Amino acid sequence: MTHPWLPNLSSKEDILKAMGKTENDLFSDVPKELMIKGELSLPHARSEYEVKMRLRELKDKNVELKYPPFLGGGVCPHYVPEAVKFIIGRSEFYTSYTPYQPEISQGILQALYEYQSLMAEILDMEVVNSSMYDWGSSLAEAVLMAFRINGRKKVIIPELINPLHEEVLRTWTEPRGIQLVKVRPNEEGTLDLDDLSRKLNGEVSSIYVEQPNFYGILEDNLETVVDLARKLKVVTIMGVNPLSLSLIKPPGEYGVDIAVGDGQELGIPLNYGGPYMGIMAVRWDARLVRQMPGRIVGKTKDENGRQGYTLILQTREQFARREKATSNITTNEALMAIANAVYISLLGKNGFKELGEEIYKRSHYAMRKIVKELGYSRKFQGDFFEEFEINLKNYDKVHNALLRHGIHGGLKLSDTSSLLCVTEVHSKKAIDEMVSVMKEVM
Amino acid sequence: MWRQALWDEPLIFEINKTGSSRQGIMIPKEDIEDDVSIPDSLRRKEIDLPELTENEVVRHFVRLSQMNYGVDTGMMPLGSCTMKYNPKSEELAQTITEDYHPLQDESTVQGTLEMVYETQEWLKEVTGMDECSLQVPAGSAGELAGVIMMRKYHLGKMSHKDEMLVADTAHGTNPASASMGGYKVVYIKSNEEGLVDVDLLRSTVSERTAGFMLTNPNTLGLFEENIAEISKVIHEKGGLLYYDGANLNGILGIVRPGDMGFDVVHLNLHKTFGVPHGGGGPGAGALCAKGEMARYLPYPIVKKADGKFTLYKPERSIGKISSFNGNIGNVARAYVYILGLGKEGISEIARLSTLATNYLIYKLKDSNLELRSPDRPRKHEVVFSAKRIYDETGVSALDIAKGLLDEGFYAPTIYFPPIVEEALMIEPTETESIETLDMFANALLKIIENAYKNPDRLRQSPSNTAVSRLDQTKANHPSTVTPSYKVEKLRLLLKNDLILK
Ligand SMILES: Cc1ncc(COP(=O)(O)O)c(C=O)c1O
Repeated sequence: MTHPWLPNLSSKEDILKAMGKTENDLFSDVPKELMIKGELSLPHARSEYEVKMRLRELKDKNVELKYPPFLGGGVCPHYVPEAVKFIIGRSEFYTSYTPYQPEISQGILQALYEYQSLMAEILDMEVVNSSMYDWGSSLAEAVLMAFRINGRKKVIIPELINPLHEEVLRTWTEPRGIQLVKVRPNEEGTLDLDDLSRKLNGEVSSIYVEQPNFYGILEDNLETVVDLARKLKVVTIMGVNPLSLSLIKPPGEYGVDIAVGDGQELGIPLNYGGPYMGIMAVRWDARLVRQMPGRIVGKTKDENGRQGYTLILQTREQFARREKATSNITTNEALMAIANAVYISLLGKNGFKELGEEIYKRSHYAMRKIVKELGYSRKFQGDFFEEFEINLKNYDKVHNALLRHGIHGGLKLSDTSSLLCVTEVHSKKAIDEMVSVMKEVM
Repeated sequence: MWRQALWDEPLIFEINKTGSSRQGIMIPKEDIEDDVSIPDSLRRKEIDLPELTENEVVRHFVRLSQMNYGVDTGMMPLGSCTMKYNPKSEELAQTITEDYHPLQDESTVQGTLEMVYETQEWLKEVTGMDECSLQVPAGSAGELAGVIMMRKYHLGKMSHKDEMLVADTAHGTNPASASMGGYKVVYIKSNEEGLVDVDLLRSTVSERTAGFMLTNPNTLGLFEENIAEISKVIHEKGGLLYYDGANLNGILGIVRPGDMGFDVVHLNLHKTFGVPHGGGGPGAGALCAKGEMARYLPYPIVKKADGKFTLYKPERSIGKISSFNGNIGNVARAYVYILGLGKEGISEIARLSTLATNYLIYKLKDSNLELRSPDRPRKHEVVFSAKRIYDETGVSALDIAKGLLDEGFYAPTIYFPPIVEEALMIEPTETESIETLDMFANALLKIIENAYKNPDRLRQSPSNTAVSRLDQTKANHPSTVTPSYKVEKLRLLLKNDLILK
């Protein structure tokens, strides 16, 4: 027997003979009664061509949409340039491991350092780690960090938090006895500051704000939130869509302690759920940096005085500290961080801004058209980026009509509410067509 | 002779020296009225980002990639990491994942859901468990989910349990996950042979024991032959048995966690099931459970009903560990891997990886590397101690690792597990040919010989890599630590008066 991935399959007997052993000798320590008897119920081995045909068969069972879906909710459709795919496909990166041996891994170390640096500029924060899993888990880790820092158990979150992020946060923090307290939105859909000041007190460990929030709405009073929190030594955590930071104020400008988010919108495909790219950053403050989970790359010199990069501050990590580590995270999303680095580098100063403006414009165009031509209203009136909510009479009816036309509309928030996402992959033609189909079923 | 590329590659911020306006992507523009703009109170100031064209960006990162080493470059015997070859056909799988949104209507992604469903079924079969959730993005996330499942299970039974037992050979993630899940960690010391000390276990288990987290084969590469007894001891006190199956390579096709008495197990699809490691990630995990525990798994899980595939939430699910459906892009790669090997190939994985490990032991038997329980066969990996070499020559496990880099190999995992002094943890995997195994063994033998002949030279290695040993003190010291370009700029501005305090 031979197999294209198993070089020693045909020489097993020769190798065993050289060693003076039998295969049974190698497994003599496995109790006989526990061993698998008979065959595993798995398919027969397939050739690459057959695998390809099987994948084609599966793809044919998916619906081929006419346009990328108008769906967001934490991750959004965007165009991923070939240059990004090409670089992360370089097998020196793609098939490497965490750079435990820095001398032979300078490539990935510098690339990750550049990711940290580019993201640091976008967030306006000094220390960025080389990735968590996704937004939800970054948020959970940030809340646990705050708990380790001040030992308090109450955490304030907005009512308009992305419910998926909230769910992850609950799963991760419930065992530590963390209690979540919600702040109401005002008519604009931004944080109700009166409600917030009522709930904020010396028992609160951290406050989390999302920018933009789940409804796409831009919080416009974060200076006050950060001020209030700082007076009570409450750790401030800000969740951001990094793409929106092409236009709006970054977390660093507000002086928040921790920033989290997802890099998916910067060069990573939708991947039906992942891989994505958990962002985590902190201010230049030892107390925060020492509690930060995950890998961090730093700059140094080698023995010959040549510039080099290496993993730093590793005493925070599980292999060194075990149960006292800042987190259990090991495998992360490093290659996705490099995708972010390449994409941001390609966009550059101007492209980043242009992209943000184009998305801002298109999403406002779509919202206005829907409001004007269909007479639908929005629940909250605040300004938004990329995503917006509309009230319609019957979500299902509209959704099904759109699907019949090969268009995937927004996310169902309730029977009468939809959250739409419009980006640079949604042309004016696609938006117009969506609106005219919606009109037909009004 | 092997020599790694060395480019004097500037930081991406420092390539464009003219400050001229360049851009690497053309943004599509629509001609729509633009009387909208961000309110001034929210508008951001200038951002310092590079300005480069596409070709400049591509060349920069290609040069960086040439100063890196992957398993496509050469053997990476990193113990506990399972650096096997990642078949190229895995890339075909992206066609059914890449452009699909995780919240898309299920009726539009039936083919993708079918792939996830089949993967779940196959993983159930190879682990002997009743249900698998692919929602966990990596092994550690699986462990955390598993610990939270155990917690929820015990709370539901109104039993107050606050201790998690962990073998002292365990990966650092086990105790870290247990403590994140709210448990006090109690270590079970290994016996002389390097196995769980069952008597010690028996006397440690109590009503307070929530469970026992164990790897089998353990991180020394040894199969815990008393596993049936261990399972009995834990279960008798109402505890649960957790299997750290990050690495199933040593038993895949031989024996299944479900048949050994484990209640919950996580797998790393990025180790055993061929998903590339990407320089640290992304991976993909699977969390599988048996009997009642299956009802606690994180969701969504794909189920099949009336010929349709849907996402569902188990009755007592702990909820979500990651925001969406799990790292499905990588689940699809594992799908291709399993399909390409088939039942015939899968049944050979443990046989061939075990063969490779024991062959290396055989080749190295006359070296001064020492082995606990030398007569016991190893499974997918082996941990040698270089203590004797260190005592006799001053050459440490670290120096040996660096010496291997100069020979064109990646280094083994070193100083892990912590119970072995000067540990060299070697995992060759089933995808290294006998010729490569011989070359690796010979390189290691040569290095040991040199440790006795010319130890100073080894202590100065590596010299064939892009850079030599790095100054870790400078890298980590509060007054010199530099984690970003932003900090570099601040240091210049403040004339180095920037201390991390
Ligand atoms: C034995 C063992 N357990 C757990 C893990 C953690 O898995 P992951 O890196 O996917 O989080 C690893 C690998 O890193 C491992 O080798």
